[in-house]
Amino acid sequence: MEIKALELKAAQMRLATWQMIYRAKNGHTGSDLSCADILVALYYSALKQTPATFTDPNRDRYIQSKGHAVEILYSVLADRGYFPKEALATYSQFNSDFIGHPTNHINGIELNTGSLGHGLGLATGIALAGKLDQRDYHVYTLMGDGEQAEGSVWEAAMAAGNYKLDNLTAIIDHNRLQITGPTEQVMNSEPLAQKYAAFGFNVVEVNGNDMAALVAALQAPNETGKPQLILADTIKGKGISFAENQAGWHHRIPTPEEYAAGVAELEAVIGGLQ
Amino acid sequence: MASAKIGDVICQEMIGAVAKDRNVLAVTSDSRGSAALNPFAAKWPENIVEMGIAEQNSVTVSAGLAHSGKRPFTFAPAAFLTMRSIEQVKVDVAYSNTNVKLIGISGGNSYSYLGATHHSLQDLAITRAIPNLEVYMPADQHQARALMQYLTTSNHPAYVRIGKVALPDVYSDDETAFQQPGHGQVVLDLGHDVTIITAGETLHIALDAARQLEQTGIHAQVVDPVSIKPLDQALINQVADQTHHLVTLEEHSRIGGLGAAVAEIIAPRGDTKLNIIGFPDAPVIAGTQDEVFHFYQMDAPAVAQQVKTWLEK
Ligand SMILES: [Mg+2]
Repeated sequence: MEIKALELKAAQMRLATWQMIYRAKNGHTGSDLSCADILVALYYSALKQTPATFTDPNRDRYIQSKGHAVEILYSVLADRGYFPKEALATYSQFNSDFIGHPTNHINGIELNTGSLGHGLGLATGIALAGKLDQRDYHVYTLMGDGEQAEGSVWEAAMAAGNYKLDNLTAIIDHNRLQITGPTEQVMNSEPLAQKYAAFGFNVVEVNGNDMAALVAALQAPNETGKPQLILADTIKGKGISFAENQAGWHHRIPTPEEYAAGVAELEAVIGGLQ
Repeated sequence: MASAKIGDVICQEMIGAVAKDRNVLAVTSDSRGSAALNPFAAKWPENIVEMGIAEQNSVTVSAGLAHSGKRPFTFAPAAFLTMRSIEQVKVDVAYSNTNVKLIGISGGNSYSYLGATHHSLQDLAITRAIPNLEVYMPADQHQARALMQYLTTSNHPAYVRIGKVALPDVYSDDETAFQQPGHGQVVLDLGHDVTIITAGETLHIALDAARQLEQTGIHAQVVDPVSIKPLDQALINQVADQTHHLVTLEEHSRIGGLGAAVAEIIAPRGDTKLNIIGFPDAPVIAGTQDEVFHFYQMDAPAVAQQVKTWLEK
């Protein structure tokens, strides 16, 4: 897909997510909007996986470590055809499989996440299995920047570096905010680029809301012999002006007025791209 | 009587399992020596995955390996595997339903003088409370071998707690020692005054205690559930019908372990008494495993005496 088409897709996914959260009165709004471009770039330009190949042992794998941004993942998976879009009407309803964190009850989701600090270790195990079995699949994981305070992230980073897992790409949604406020004030994990480099990663820094930059970073072959970290600088709440860069929008539900304003903003973007 | 260290048996079974299925892996956290896996590492160097001293990541990576078709057996001291890594066990193994076999080595009070950091006297309580996780305690080499035959072919998450010392044979062959999850057996049946229920390293103690009770005119049964979860409910109800007096013996806190699991089955009956013998809810005294068992009245003579006193009340 061309970059402009991917940008349109990202705006559509933001709108679907905004609607899903407003309908259910539940969701991690700012976190979803932050990583919408990353997920679209990954699923539409990099990840070698379709609903038809989801159980193929040679498929690429994606583990969403920041599981709370599940609404944007559901939107993308539905659009990719992993399940009917109508199924999302049950999101956050009694006895639905579409709960507030990813589970493997949903077609397209590999493993259950939501407790932070697990995704990089899961991806490390998957990448290690790929090496052991000499399969050439690639595994991707998306973490939050607040998540970097979890010690298990660094146990996994040490192992991925130790085993030189160049079939692993970790992405950090680097929006510099978490639920309590700026990440550098809550618990400073910087400098992340230097830390991951010291743990044996090849670090690539991109604008994580720039579709062309994301696609280029994800499609570039990793010939470094190291696991890769894409440090994606993003804006939490990206795409809805009044939610941008506001920690308060981490899991805020829009009021009816905010909802209408958000829909209008996203529809204007979609109209401009169509 | 023949005896064997369960860790050595598991190592031999692991070696045999890889010969049949190259997906079988041993995942270690700087624990291959204490897990008695050096012969495995020598035989199948490609099938041992070292994670360093990082038990949490060891479990998570194992889940990732299992999700990709491998059959990881993840070895770590039971104290760390079921405490430091318990959230990884709950989420990445049990909840995600990955085929990881968690082997808790040096369980219970095995580390004796090394202190409470290294004891796992709460592991049964915490593991059996997690949905979708089987829990086993093999009592001798035959049972360990048969259990490993099951584990190397099963696709179900499981936790196995083993100790350090050599255990005397209780069973005469592998086939009778372990059949399937949730299936225990009466190992000794001298009569129906009382039933002693125990698993793992304390089974031979219970057998000695039952024989000592016999000399005082008390006819005891000994039951080995081996599968702590699922627990053989039919068997527990059967022996409750027969004796109405159950005693559990466990190398575990008296809170939440085998005794509690049996209590959960028999409490609604209202016709069966239960005496839970295990470690008190207190810091554990320092000593060899034998000294500590003696101190807490968990060696055979003390168990026999406790049962006798209890029945006479
Ligand atoms: Mg953040």
